[in-house]
This record gives sequence, structure tokens and C-alpha cells, in this order.
Amino acid sequence: MPETVTTPSDSASARPASTSGATIQLENLTKSYPGSPSPAVEDVSMDIKAGETVILVGPSGCGKSTTLKMINRLIEPTSGRIRIGDEDVTDMDPVKLRRKIGYAIQSSGLFPHMTVAENIALVPKMTGWSKSGVKDRVEEMLDLVGLDPREFHGRYPRQLSGGQQQRVGVARALAADPPVLLMDEPFGAVDPITRDHLQDELIRLQHELHKTIVFVTHDFDEAIKLGDRIAVLRERSHIAQFDTPEAILTNPTDDFVSGFVGAGAALKRLNLTRVRDVGIADFPTVTVEDPLQSIFNKLRDGQHNELLMLDRRNRPYKWLRRGDLMRAKGSLARAGQLVHDTVTRDATLHDALEAVLTDSGGRVAVTGRRGEFIGVVDMQTLMNSVQELLEADRLAAMEHEHDLEELRSHRTEQELEGGDGGL
Amino acid sequence: MNFWEYLGTRHQQLLTDTYQHASAVFQCMVIATLLGVLIGVISYRSGWGGSLAITSTSAILTIPSLAAIGLLIPLVGLGVPPTVIILTLYGLLPIVRNCIVGLRGVDPALVDAAKGIGMSRARRLLKVELPLAWPPILTGIRVSTQMLMGIAAIAAYASGPGLGNEIFRGLASLGSANAINQVLAGTIGIVILALLFDAAYVLLGRLTISRGIRA
Repeated sequence: MPETVTTPSDSASARPASTSGATIQLENLTKSYPGSPSPAVEDVSMDIKAGETVILVGPSGCGKSTTLKMINRLIEPTSGRIRIGDEDVTDMDPVKLRRKIGYAIQSSGLFPHMTVAENIALVPKMTGWSKSGVKDRVEEMLDLVGLDPREFHGRYPRQLSGGQQQRVGVARALAADPPVLLMDEPFGAVDPITRDHLQDELIRLQHELHKTIVFVTHDFDEAIKLGDRIAVLRERSHIAQFDTPEAILTNPTDDFVSGFVGAGAALKRLNLTRVRDVGIADFPTVTVEDPLQSIFNKLRDGQHNELLMLDRRNRPYKWLRRGDLMRAKGSLARAGQLVHDTVTRDATLHDALEAVLTDSGGRVAVTGRRGEFIGVVDMQTLMNSVQELLEADRLAAMEHEHDLEELRSHRTEQELEGGDGGL
Repeated sequence: MNFWEYLGTRHQQLLTDTYQHASAVFQCMVIATLLGVLIGVISYRSGWGGSLAITSTSAILTIPSLAAIGLLIPLVGLGVPPTVIILTLYGLLPIVRNCIVGLRGVDPALVDAAKGIGMSRARRLLKVELPLAWPPILTGIRVSTQMLMGIAAIAAYASGPGLGNEIFRGLASLGSANAINQVLAGTIGIVILALLFDAAYVLLGRLTISRGIRA
């Protein structure tokens, strides 16, 4: 894969163009340990496309971590082949191989005796980047993961929060611009809120970088949120189902998968669709600078009995109902209800539903990048779009099944013919 | 003659002895550290290897130093050789043990991470494992040095260098005018040297232990 290797010369000259992902092929990978009767991983084959995020998910002890560690050969496979790009790496020098594969683990794995900058610089230094190249790269990576280089450069890992450590861990994994990134339950040890942020960050990063990511987790919701495709693994890393999150949610192949998906598949489906994909409705607005009289008039004339008041920077501020101004005796300061929750267009329908349910009026304001008002989403819109989504999924699943059946009957026919020929 | 007068008249001799004492301990500590860390690095990854290293070094320590030095005289003669051998051997134990404990105490997840980002075996040891194990190793070195300060005094029995000569001379002529002064001067000299060395180690620790793992 000559196009994906970053050579020292081009990285030294200037900021190297980012390397995008490479394909990964696992062929009949097996790992058995001496002394144990059944292999830890048995006969796993998997084709991962370039630039794809694949999640390995399964109960603990199912061998998903072992499978991941065989890709960078931290665990040597007993048999089987691994191909990255067009290169068979099964017998390559593991040290060289690992420098081309980013690796991020739970609890970040940062070296506590090195500063943040030293940690990030490790792999570029080992692969022979120039001093100034490494220095620029460190700044760039800190920027990329949303940490201010000037502030965090010289800090030690123990001076960072768990979430910040994890960001640095990801920065270190990406520092030498590897085409492939392996992540072993990287967000397992942080609190739920931070985990949510880190997941969003990873989605954003992947949007920019298009690496091939293999991500191990036991959290199915995390898998749905991050994965382009999900491999649900049962014991010995047998693949129960390897498909898109939509397909797994709406059409699990067997009881094991549906058991793992858990209850509320329809609710989880909400995580796969973003607010930008559903209809955002207009809503009459006024601003705090409008004269009181015009607000009165608008409320009285309009078909709507409610207005959204925006602040000076066009951000949602207050919901105003017809009666509110009367009750507040004409004082704008006291009238109406403060807007306490908004969503962005990138928010999932799940988040939007949450906001709608907690709002007394049954709707939530959608805001743009700088918090400016774009429109609203209400209960009716959400329900309609969810029904449409589920219907579409059902159709797709039926089609898929139909295709499979056709293929099967086709095969049986062929086998029958072949059998006849043999007799 | 009181103690102060004694110091005044003999300060030349005392300073020479002190210097030789410090120099012998220092040089033997350097050898013991290099050897101890080497033994630790070689043996820490195997269960029985580590136990063997710790047991054999502690076995050496149980031999009374006076007996050991006496036994060495017929083999290597008098003077510097038995002193260096004894000091180095006795200095090994705390260093070997702390080195093994320190290296084994490095978080396996960090070793895994080091492997995972493509560090070779040697680089892992030099850049990750030894720096993380350094604080306990340095503690071992401190303990060793304290111990060697005392043991070095016994080297005078084999005509070795150092403040032990003062002590032995005093003990040999107990009852004479300067006997107590000689023993006192030798002992106090050793205590002062030990304190100075310890201060130096504290400084060394400040300089060599990364701020990221300093307690």
C-alpha cells in the first residue's frame, strides 16, 4: 500500500496530507492457547472497507479484544491471515507493523512520566520525522482533539481529567497518521456524560479523517452510535451478525442478536437519525428589541397563540403565550417561559425526543452553530418521521430477506444439478 | 587531650580517611547499581528467575561481614580488592530487589500500550519500564548506601581504606589516652558522610524522577 505509507521525507517537509483508511481483511483467524481445550477465537473472517468504522460488540469474554489485538499482532494468531491494504502483514515485523496502526485503549494508556507533548510525539519520533515536523504535528493533533496546545502541551497525564486523557490517547494514536486505528473499549472508564462527548468527537474526527477504525465495546448503544457496520460476536468470536446498525436493529438474525440488541429497538433506532433529516418547522419569532406594542399585535392577530422570543444574538430566549403578557401586567421581563433546552441539527432524534418530552409545550427549538434559531421540532413531526423510518426499515429488511431466499434457492438448484451430474 | 583538640591535631589524617571512605562507598555503589539493575532487568520477567536473584542476594547479606572479609583475605589478599568485593556484594540486595519489584509493578496496560504503538523490546525497557521503576530503584540505592557506610568501616580489618582504620586503632588501644577519641571521630565521620550522601540522593531524585510520577 505505497499510497498510504507516510514517508519521513514528505512528513518532514510540511504538514502531510492526511492518510485515509486502508482495507482490512481477516481470513480464518484462529487463536488457541496451549492448555485450553477450545480456541479463544475460532475461524474469524471479516472484510472491512477502507474508511469504515466497524464495531466489534459482544458479551465479555467473547474474544472481541483478542480479535482486535490480532490485527496489530499484540496477540499472534495461531492460524489465518491478516491483510491491511494490499499487504499481507501476518509475517511482517510486528514492531514496524504497529507503527502504522494507531492503537487507543481503555484508561488512555498514556505514559505518566512523559508530558502530553512527549506522549503524542512518540510514534512520529520513532518513525523518523524531523524535529520541527514532530513539534508541529503535536500542536496539530492537540488542536484536532479539541485541547488548547499552549495549555496542555507541558502537562503530565495525572494533571488531566479522564476525558482529557482519553483525548490525548486518541491524539497519540493518530499522530503518525496511520491509515488504520484500533480502539479497545477506549471510552469504557469515563463517566457517561464525558463518554457521550468523546463519542461525538470521534464521529466528528472520523468525518474529517476517514480512517479505517476497528472499535471494540460491550455497549450496544455505543456501537449503534459510532458504527458504520457492527459485528455482533458470540463466544469464540463467532460472528452472529455483521451488518449496518439499522439492519441489526430491525432485522436481527437470531435470538442471540436480538437478545443483545435488547428491548426498545424502536427507541434505539432514534439514535441513528439526526434532527437535520426530519422536517424542521418554522415558528413565529420576535426579538427582545421589538417594541412591546408590536409583540402584542403579533400575538393578537396571528393564527399562532404562541411566539418565540429571541435574544440580541438571535438565540432562543423565551416562549411567549397569548395570556402571558396579560398576566405579567405588560412587563416583558416577567412574562413567558425561559427556553431551557435546545438541540442542534446534528442531535439525534433520541435527544430531540427527550427535549420535547420534558418541554411543557411539546416542542424544542433547533439552533445552528452559534446557537442561532433555525426552527422547531414538535411531537407530531417526530412521530411521523419515526413511523416512516420504521416502515422503510421493514421494507428494506423484507427486500434483503427476499434476496437471500432467491440466492438460497438458486444455490440449491445448482447443487441439485451438480448432484445429478455426479451420479 | 579532649575531642576537639584531637580533631585539631589529626584533621589531616581524618580528612584523608573520610575522603577514602566516601570514595570507596561511592565507587562500589556505582558498580553495585549497574550490576543490580542488570540482574533485575534480566530476571524480573521470569517468576523463578526473580526469586532466585532475590534469594541469592539476601543469602549474601546474612553472612556476617567481618567473617566474609576474613574469608576473602586468603583468596584475594589484603587492601582494596576484598573491600570492593564485599561492598559491591552487600550493596546488591536492596537494588536487585527494588529493581525487580519496581519493574514488575509497572502497569501491564502501559506495557501493552507501549507494545501497541510499536516500541521495540529495548525501547520499551529504556523509555517506559525503567523510568517508571526508577523511584523504587533509587530508594534501593539509598538503602544500600546507608548500609555500605557501616560495612565499609569493617573493611579496615583487611587493611582497606577509610574511617574504619580510626575505629579499629582506637578499639585496639582501649585505655590509652586517645582511644575513645579515635573511635568517636571514626563513627561521627561515618554518620556525617551518610547524611551527606542521603542529601545528595534527595537532590538526585528531584533531578531524575519525572514530575509526572513524583509523589
